[in-house]
Amino acid sequence: MSIPIDLLANAVVAGLLLGGFYAAVTVGISISFGMLDVVNIAHPAFIILGSYIAYIVNIHLGVDPILVALIALPVFYLLGAAVYQVYYVAFERRGQEALRGLAFFFGLLFITEVALILTFGVDYRYVEAPYIGPTWRLGFVDFPLRMLVPCVVSVLLVIVLQLLLTRTFIGRAIMAVAQDQLALQLMAANPVRIKRIAFAVSIATAGLAGAFLIIIGPVEPSVGREYIGRVFAICVLGGMGSLPGTVIAAMLLGIVESFTATFYGPSWAPAVAFGFLLLTLAVRPAGILGR
Amino acid sequence: MRSWSFFLLALAVGLSFFVLCMVVRNDYLFFAGYVVLQFIVLATAWNILGGYCGYVNFGSAAFFALGAYTAIALHKLGASPDRYLPAALADLARLVLPPPIPVLMLLGGIISGVVGLGMGYLTLRLRGVFFAIATLAMAVVLQTLMINWDFVGGSRGAYVIRPASVSILGFSLGYIEYLFLVMLMLAVAVLTVARLIERSRLGYGFATIRDDELAAEAAGVPTLRLKLVATTISGAFMGMAGAPLPYYLGYVEPGAAFGLQYAVNSIAMPMIGGTTTWAGPLIGAILLGSLQQIATVTISSAVNLLIVGVLLVAFVIIAPAGIVGLVQGWRRRWGAPA
Amino acid sequence: MSPAPLLEVKGVGKRFGGFVALEGIDLDVHEGERLGLIGPNGSGKSTLVNCVCGTLQNETGSVRFAGQRLDGLPAHRRTHLGLARSFQLPRPFRSLPVADNLRIPLLYTVRRRALLARSERELDERCMELLRMVGLEAKARRSPADLTQVEMRKLELARAMAAEPKLLIADEAMAGLSHSEIEDIIALLVRLNQQGVTIIMIEHIMRAVMSFSQRLAVLVSGRKIADGKPEEVVNNPEVVRAYLGQ
Repeated sequence: MSIPIDLLANAVVAGLLLGGFYAAVTVGISISFGMLDVVNIAHPAFIILGSYIAYIVNIHLGVDPILVALIALPVFYLLGAAVYQVYYVAFERRGQEALRGLAFFFGLLFITEVALILTFGVDYRYVEAPYIGPTWRLGFVDFPLRMLVPCVVSVLLVIVLQLLLTRTFIGRAIMAVAQDQLALQLMAANPVRIKRIAFAVSIATAGLAGAFLIIIGPVEPSVGREYIGRVFAICVLGGMGSLPGTVIAAMLLGIVESFTATFYGPSWAPAVAFGFLLLTLAVRPAGILGR
Repeated sequence: MRSWSFFLLALAVGLSFFVLCMVVRNDYLFFAGYVVLQFIVLATAWNILGGYCGYVNFGSAAFFALGAYTAIALHKLGASPDRYLPAALADLARLVLPPPIPVLMLLGGIISGVVGLGMGYLTLRLRGVFFAIATLAMAVVLQTLMINWDFVGGSRGAYVIRPASVSILGFSLGYIEYLFLVMLMLAVAVLTVARLIERSRLGYGFATIRDDELAAEAAGVPTLRLKLVATTISGAFMGMAGAPLPYYLGYVEPGAAFGLQYAVNSIAMPMIGGTTTWAGPLIGAILLGSLQQIATVTISSAVNLLIVGVLLVAFVIIAPAGIVGLVQGWRRRWGAPA
Repeated sequence: MSPAPLLEVKGVGKRFGGFVALEGIDLDVHEGERLGLIGPNGSGKSTLVNCVCGTLQNETGSVRFAGQRLDGLPAHRRTHLGLARSFQLPRPFRSLPVADNLRIPLLYTVRRRALLARSERELDERCMELLRMVGLEAKARRSPADLTQVEMRKLELARAMAAEPKLLIADEAMAGLSHSEIEDIIALLVRLNQQGVTIIMIEHIMRAVMSFSQRLAVLVSGRKIADGKPEEVVNNPEVVRAYLGQ
């Protein structure tokens, strides 16, 4: 069976572009779950929130969605800090994070989705920007700008985060807290504060990822749930706390999903992520670059 | 109280309630009551894995919907067997299908139980969080599968014609009353089973898994096997609860079967009622279920789901042991013997 | 020619990422023996116990118990075979009363071996008997949260004993105990040993280890550096340098 080369090339490119975006979506989980061991399954809810905020400002004020998200970064940061504080006081401190923490985040996920349905209804919403629509052609390969721009910004985001984590004091403290809380305490740093900062950063990235999401395609409240499987699959496959691993795993998933969509139809995409997750958990729970 | 006595007592209470509803003759009671009973089953089934073992299942809707879709599949098969089966089997199918509701329940339960077992086998060796995430992802995947499967109607949904009445033991029952009765029996069964498990060796094993799995293993508890048992039983009962849904609604499409209310309620009801005992999910289901039935007609159904979500988060933070826990706390503080 | 050892640990190694917790551990324990295992904190004693008992899987080497290879066997199967351990940091079942914590090994380990099923009352009595042995009978119906650290360690030990093991590993069961309590626990363990239970005692309290052990093994930085008669081991210069001499 010969697959036409242009179909193949386009599937690969689409996958890579998608993968870049997935990396931005997942990097927050790599921090909150991979490093802090906080099972924030409400992460997609914050993403969708970011999408809708970008939507509102874009529709009413015509501001570019990515710009909106960047301006809204502090808001998401504070939101993340607040959520972590509640989580810490209510669960982590009591040592009951397993069941109740999960239920807490699920509740948040659920409340966000229903609140959005009540406010905006279930219709698909989309934003407008000059790069949504045009496509670059390089030979027989298409680079839709609505995918290229988010992908590029996503990769930039991950690079910036990796630099923050490895070059700044706070960043290194975050990585330290992921490894050994006691040692960090002995170094007179407050682990709770460090974790709160890390979690807040993870939610801030979610807000940004939300803007990317609504640029790539229209959004409605239940879209978040599709991303849970993807996000955790990528996080696990990428080795939990490793940012470079996350990018690689995200690209991999993007390509596999793209191929599935091209040759079997787009409605099967959510199943791919789940299959990935199961496969990863069964075969190599430590991930590709795992520790 | 021995389990047999409990079963008979629960049966008696349930049947009295049924007779009361028949006397009042308000069809709405049966429609609403069916939903509450369904949630009693879902909440109790969820709690067997979630409350007793500490493994959170976010995909209750998937197991529930599997039961519903098993029923739809068999119904479609029975309606036009010649299209799907070779001649010899088609004749058999015409005789046997669609089976009566109790049989459908059993079959739905078997399918859901097997799926639960399979998924558990793949994910239960790892930490509880991975099981929880896998259940969440599984719900999405299963919904995707059902949307793409035209045999059961795909995204267009499937219609099921329900008969006007059913005759049992010489009595003629309206169909909704029949469905109510069947769900009542299922509720009594699941409560008895939950209570039986709680007090048995199995219940002790479950509790150790919840408390400290490592120590449980060291003490000789076969944790993986017990977790698989819990997942299978839990999934099976959820599937049984879902099997009559097509007949209750008359029309089923994936959005309804995999609806948000099943996912959140099967977690909220046990966590609000109390997860350590069979009474918790029962209380949670009756309270929340009735509240929602009232709210749906007075406010909107989306608002009432929002309320459930908020209550879940509030209880999880403030009263983690649920209503049962609160009552136990009051009793202890006001001098009742511990 | 003496019979094969009850426990044969050969070349066992375990890493956590880049950190080598255990390397090339060889250890034999004969039936009826009282072995003491000592070493500085972080030397790998508990890791060794975890590998032997199945809580962790060792990457290299093998563990044999009563002639049977334990590789890949889950922890509960090893307990059924007759291996029991107490945890260095107590891990009680918090939602069960103290007495029921002991019921678990009775239900899941002992009952499997018994030819006749024991009645509920016999189980209750056995739980109380075990609690009496460690001096906890007064707190039988209390929650483990109401126990002091010391009492929780006793509960740990009692829970391991409840599994009626052939080999019992007591991991720092005496930390924090008073002088007389230590004597009591040693007497208890000696009595168990006389009944045929092989015991490995992991301790920092040298007095206890010396009076209890027939043989002493020393672990330092994941390696075994000494193994022999207690008096000889204690005077071994390398042992003194690494652990004893301060």
